[in-house]
Amino acid sequence: MDVLLQQFFNLDIMAKALPLVLQGLKTTLLICLIVIPMGLIGGVLVALASRSTVRALRVSVTLLVDLMRALPPLVVLILVYSGLPFLGLRISPLTAVVIAFFLNNAAYYGEIIRAGIESVPAGQWEAARSTGLRADQAFTWVILPQGLRNVLPDLVSNTVEVVKLTSLASVVSLQEMLYSADMARSLTFNASPIVLAALIYFALLWPAVRLVSRLEHAAAR
Amino acid sequence: MSEASELSAGGTGTMRPPHPLLDIRGLHKSFGTIEVLKGIDLAVSPGELVFLIGPSGSGKSTLLRCYNRLEEASGGSIWFDGQEVLADRIDINALRRRMGMVFQSFNLYPHMTALGNVTLALRKVLKKPRAEAERIGMAALEGVGLAHKAASYPGELSGGQQQRVAIARASALEPGLMLFDEPTSALDPELVGSVLQAMRDMRAAGMTMLVVSHEMRFAREAADRVVFMDGGVIVEQGPPEQIFGSPRHERTRAFVSEVAR
Ligand SMILES: Nc1ncnc2c1ncn2[C@@H]1O[C@H](COP(=O)(O)OP(=O)(O)O)[C@@H](O)[C@H]1O
Ligand SMILES: [Mg+2]
Repeated sequence: MDVLLQQFFNLDIMAKALPLVLQGLKTTLLICLIVIPMGLIGGVLVALASRSTVRALRVSVTLLVDLMRALPPLVVLILVYSGLPFLGLRISPLTAVVIAFFLNNAAYYGEIIRAGIESVPAGQWEAARSTGLRADQAFTWVILPQGLRNVLPDLVSNTVEVVKLTSLASVVSLQEMLYSADMARSLTFNASPIVLAALIYFALLWPAVRLVSRLEHAAAR
Repeated sequence: MSEASELSAGGTGTMRPPHPLLDIRGLHKSFGTIEVLKGIDLAVSPGELVFLIGPSGSGKSTLLRCYNRLEEASGGSIWFDGQEVLADRIDINALRRRMGMVFQSFNLYPHMTALGNVTLALRKVLKKPRAEAERIGMAALEGVGLAHKAASYPGELSGGQQQRVAIARASALEPGLMLFDEPTSALDPELVGSVLQAMRDMRAAGMTMLVVSHEMRFAREAADRVVFMDGGVIVEQGPPEQIFGSPRHERTRAFVSEVAR
């Protein structure tokens, strides 16, 4: 029992590791701040493209979505990070993470947002257009807000997923929270820094997870 | 104010301006191989209230939807207020806001308040500043007796109230013509009256109206003309007394007696 406490919940070591882990948390939050809005915007574009009348657009978007759903995100990240240099493009770990997450998020958010848009009755579109709103205005003010609201639980749930996936960035040596905690672990020969990171992830995401449950219950009623 | 609404404001009396506000000639519409409208000729004068009746599936909704090009006609011509509606280069959005449309299922925006519903197009289409849009919007809600519900969401309103908000949403844009597609069909009987009253008020103010409805009492009382459609053609039209009292065609007679029962 003592060994367990010593190895996993060693408060001294946690305290020592805290500055480093918090430094990593900053990077994790920075990644989130970039990739979540980009993913949402990309998702709206994917949703629009998948409903476009232009066949070539629909086909390429379907391809992207299928690819991203079938490939492990880690594979995409490593492909981007170590693949692009072969094309003569040297990119930083952060750039690689942003590109890989954009592709992945746009696909997943896109599927969710498309379902949301399709759940809005056609009459909404007709009413909006009948008052003289242009197509883009009707979409922005009438269709999209309702579509997003209809799939809010899925959107929040996917966002939780995205935050968790940012830990993959450690693989390309981006010093986000997991990377920092793992560094502290290897310096101290102790797992407590990892537990510390886990606690922070939990504190960060648990409210969102509760929110999803609440929203899903509300939707089921 | 548009030319059309000026015309219609003066057109309530016995004087009939020479040109129809809406003039449809030889209108055809097919969905794939199925021809739904088979050559419709119809003219509506400023200030006139025309009732459109006919069995379900006869093409009434399709006809209305061709007027503002929610549906693209397959052939024929539509003139509205001196403009060719089916022309390629027409500003369809400017045209649509001058043809108000009211739907059977209200189609209010559920994520906006009653006032938000009414002001959206005022702000985005007519580019009114928020304060002015809200002033106009409140006046329009006042007009249908719902100023006190301005802050309510559609989900908090009865069907009759929702439909009146939908009427206010269209009329706030000062259209020259109002199209109604079975505005009371989705309502509980006790809520129909308030919507008909809003339409009556609109008519009294000189609005030109084309109404698809089976409210025969209202038609007798308010319509200048009743048009009976069946199978994609206009079978018969005339004043309400004629269509309901002594229809000339067998199909009209059969339909009218069916609905009257
Ligand atoms: N979008 C559409 N695609 C195919 N057929 C349609 C469509 N809209 C209407 N129709 C058909 O056109 C006919 C006329 O419909 P409609 O105009 O709604 O009639 P009404 O309003 O008089 O009941 C019906 O047979 C209907 O099935
Ligand atoms: Mg209909």
